[in-house]
Amino acid sequence: MADFLISRLLYAAAVLLGVSVAVFFLIRIGGDPSALFLPPEAPVEEIERFRRLMGFDRPLAVQYFDFLGRALQGDFGMSLRYDQPAMKLVLERVPATLQLGAMALLMSLVISIPLAILAAAKHGSAIDRASLLASLLGQSFPAFWLAIMLILLFSETFRLLPPSGRGTWQQLIMPAIVLATYSTAIITRLLRSSMIEVLQSDYVRTARGKGVKESRIILSHALRNAAIPTLTVIGLQVGALLGGAVITEEVFAYPGVGRLAIQAIANRDFTVVQAFVVLMAALIVTINLLVDLSYGLLDPRLRKGK
Amino acid sequence: MRDFLKRYSSSSLAMVGLAIVLVAVFAAAFGPWLVPFDPNTQDILQRLKPPLWRGTDGMHLLGTDALGRDIFSRIIVGARVSILVGVSAVVISSIVGVTFGLIAGYEDKYAGRVLMMLTDIQLAIPFMVLALAVAAVVGPSLWNIIAILGLTNWVQYARVVRAECLVLREREFVQAAHMMGISTPHILTRHLLPNVMSSVIVISSLLVAKMIIFESSLSFLGLGVPPATPTWGTMIAEGRNYIGNAWWVATIPGVAIFVTVMGTNLVGDRLRDLLDPRLRQVES
Repeated sequence: MADFLISRLLYAAAVLLGVSVAVFFLIRIGGDPSALFLPPEAPVEEIERFRRLMGFDRPLAVQYFDFLGRALQGDFGMSLRYDQPAMKLVLERVPATLQLGAMALLMSLVISIPLAILAAAKHGSAIDRASLLASLLGQSFPAFWLAIMLILLFSETFRLLPPSGRGTWQQLIMPAIVLATYSTAIITRLLRSSMIEVLQSDYVRTARGKGVKESRIILSHALRNAAIPTLTVIGLQVGALLGGAVITEEVFAYPGVGRLAIQAIANRDFTVVQAFVVLMAALIVTINLLVDLSYGLLDPRLRKGK
Repeated sequence: MRDFLKRYSSSSLAMVGLAIVLVAVFAAAFGPWLVPFDPNTQDILQRLKPPLWRGTDGMHLLGTDALGRDIFSRIIVGARVSILVGVSAVVISSIVGVTFGLIAGYEDKYAGRVLMMLTDIQLAIPFMVLALAVAAVVGPSLWNIIAILGLTNWVQYARVVRAECLVLREREFVQAAHMMGISTPHILTRHLLPNVMSSVIVISSLLVAKMIIFESSLSFLGLGVPPATPTWGTMIAEGRNYIGNAWWVATIPGVAIFVTVMGTNLVGDRLRDLLDPRLRQVES
């Protein structure tokens, strides 16, 4: 277990190193990065001064290790727009996004787990086919459009919920629904198909033969085993879900990290973009690490092993 | 082939999906010659006219937007960007991902590890932000959008193809080819590639649907195809400001996206059931 943990940790560190290279080159794809920070009409002398100020005139390798050294201490430079450290700006917005994400995750688990269990237990029935169709539909529209439709319905037409902002629970409802839709569709679909597979396995047949109650078979035998492949894919999807949060926050003017990132991109405030990407990558890598470690809890066979 | 078509058509939902896809492709190909109005002609006197079924008289089937442009015509012409970006981006990601997957699956030692590392790095970066940032850096244009979407979505191909190659390479026909001294590129393209094609087709059909959504999201945020070309995402962004008094401007393009993506998903689903039921587990 200790070896496994150490190798996973080293691997996660290597992945983050790779992310830092990607983020470093992100602002250099188009050539001179100063062009990104300065307005197009900036005079040549000012561009030169800015290049020296930011250190863009040094060799690339020197710039990268300087960037990495600072990044390891959480220093991504100053936001050019707000005159504050870039990472501080991002961190300030994290609680809002976590709150939204937790609410959305809760919603999607409360809907998807019972639905998937029901669909798998009654495989082939009308409810099973309805759940498949629903999860297909749930993946078929862009999040921002659903957001606008909800605003049209609940804010413009019935005037029940505020269309934007953060602070009250009413303001959390619509963004959470939008964010939960896609993950609900995916979790339902995955959990359903792995449940169906597990319910046909030998150990479930043995349990049935022994006369174990069907509810117990489904809840403790099948669900636990079906959870593993589902968790893996959810781990892989975290990045996509965070991407969804970016757009959702933007439409509802919800002051989380995603909206900050979009504003930073629009303002050409690339130090903030870099800080955001690195923080999110660290979060995603950590979640995947936890997913890997949770296999041991779900499946005793995996506790020893590699 | 005939047998395949017969089995495909036995699902009515899949046939609906196919019909939708064909209509969308037709609109994308011939849109500019089909439409009743020029999609970019502004007519301020006709601005924000509701769709015809709302009982008002007029000539605009789905109404007009804030500049008086005909929404129906813009929807039809807008299909071109969605389909073109969706299909081209998938072609790029499949070429990159399949190449990576074949090499990493066959030469597992170093290439395999490097590949897994690359996919994990890619998965650790929130795709939407990466795409937005790159679009902001290189500037939005049709080909840049295609390249960005294509180069950031190849991971799934690489993973699936690699996993299949790891199994295939132990099979007799591959071992025999190797022992006969056939070169590695030849083995990869002639012996392994045909055997992973069915998975590639299934992934591609489902990825086109996602790409259409990604493209509309970039356009919605103003970092997609430049505004002179009508796209569904841009139309929703423009209509958003009039949601209170002219709901149709933002709603109708979303319906177009929804129907097209659903059609593509229905086709992809059916192909998955027929070609590769195992893939149900490795859902994107």
